[in-house]
Amino acid sequence: MTRAQLIIRLIKPALFLILLVPLALLVEQGFSDNLGANPVETITHQTGLWALRLLLLTLAITPLCKLTGVNELVRLRRMLGVYSFFYALLHFMTYAVLDHSFDVAAILLDVAKRPYVTVGFSVFLMLIPLAMTSTNGMIKRLGGKRWKRLHKLVYLCGLGGVIHYLWLVKADTFSPLNYLALFLLLMLFRLPARTQEKIKHLFRLTLPGRRSDTILKE
Amino acid sequence: MLIKKPDDIKPSEITDQNTYLNRRKFIRDSGMLGLGIATSVIGLSLSKQSWAEAAPGKRPFPSLIKSPFSSDEKLTDFDDATSYCNFYEFGTRKSDPKENSQDFVATPWSVTVDGACEKPGTYTLEDILKTHALEERIYRLRCVEAWSMVIPWVGFSLGDALKRFQPTSKAKYVSFYTLHDATRMPGQKQRVLDWPYREGLRIDEAMHPLAMLAVGMYGAELPNQNGAPLRLVVPWKYGFKSIKSIVRISFTEEQPVSTWNQVQPDEYGFYSNVNPNVDHSRWSQKKERRIGNWLKQETQMFNGYADQVASLYSGMDLKKYF
Repeated sequence: MTRAQLIIRLIKPALFLILLVPLALLVEQGFSDNLGANPVETITHQTGLWALRLLLLTLAITPLCKLTGVNELVRLRRMLGVYSFFYALLHFMTYAVLDHSFDVAAILLDVAKRPYVTVGFSVFLMLIPLAMTSTNGMIKRLGGKRWKRLHKLVYLCGLGGVIHYLWLVKADTFSPLNYLALFLLLMLFRLPARTQEKIKHLFRLTLPGRRSDTILKE
Repeated sequence: MLIKKPDDIKPSEITDQNTYLNRRKFIRDSGMLGLGIATSVIGLSLSKQSWAEAAPGKRPFPSLIKSPFSSDEKLTDFDDATSYCNFYEFGTRKSDPKENSQDFVATPWSVTVDGACEKPGTYTLEDILKTHALEERIYRLRCVEAWSMVIPWVGFSLGDALKRFQPTSKAKYVSFYTLHDATRMPGQKQRVLDWPYREGLRIDEAMHPLAMLAVGMYGAELPNQNGAPLRLVVPWKYGFKSIKSIVRISFTEEQPVSTWNQVQPDEYGFYSNVNPNVDHSRWSQKKERRIGNWLKQETQMFNGYADQVASLYSGMDLKKYF
């Protein structure tokens, strides 16, 4: 089996099942009464966190390809993105149904009034066209160039997701700042090659030995 | 001052609550004792004395006066009320306080009283307690994060306790301080808040009969994660005003600093009365989720205690003094 075949025939289906585990855990904890005192909050936080994690994992594929040389990893990227949307959809549905009982007026007011909801909702809206155009058929119909341009939106989604998280915490910003750092790190790889070289050079000047490489890989 | 009784009290229903809890204790006792009808009878006779749900190492109170201020709403599960806590001294996640407070030793405990009063000094907890008959008061608790509980507190009127220290005419406010000791409260190793945690009340708020000092809940001593051994309970204000593990009470002429107000003055006011008409800048306060329920319910003005406390704020713009 070639590397591409390995990824498509084995790793991809396995990953498909693994990414259902967070949802399965929530369902299991729901039935065994283990979601804590505020189950709705637990569901909201967990689905939101997984949407963000998977979005950042999607953004990590390109750097991973570059670092490992395994370019076939890119075959997993669309599935990761769609899964991120799947958890974002569950996150939004929890909010719409259990927080607002489908009261559209109240939801729109909330979106308009509260910056972290505005940002979160915008990310959700932006994810919809990305998820809808994630089939082979849609790529063909749009044409590779236009498809790629549309899917640049994912960077905005990543930034919005992190900001949404950062703006909703009360005082302890440790966890959202970690996600922000990870997002910015992933964005470094998108800089033009010459800028990346300059940054690496800066790291080498400030840090002895080969530590700069490890930092970028972490 | 004329203090109206709340409308929602039906003494008969409070008794029902006890029966309800007795039944749960009965089931638990009989479960612990093992099997068979015979053991169940023993379980029943045990539960007749009193009901209490105690955290590990905490003692139940032998007898409590039932307060007329009590609500007749369904009590929040003891497990929920003791595992879902905001007590940053033991960590910022809701589950942290229970996990990280199990080794906390709440005895001996003393409280320093200072400022504008005739009887300043350091009082042991026993000393503070000895002049008060302990009451059980079932209050609604509304957190600023839009969730709520119904908790049977054990304690006494804050005003009665404060009068003993004889505040002078200069005492316009009273402030409270939580213990500051990172070796006992590991969450204080992180500087998420400017320790020690501080809260304050206007003196007339503090003297209001609904304000209480609590030493217990669910018929037993306070679990560590709920503010052992001494905490404030101000049921018409957002939960963070009800400061936990108090070691200092200070009478002041100026409005004291309160911790969350210091962190985000535009989000957490000094008064922080429960008010569905004044939103938190990041979320609505119109509704709340009662812990145990899936859907939200309407939040009531002053958390449903408007009849008793609204007069404290007559003439004040509650949008300005939120």
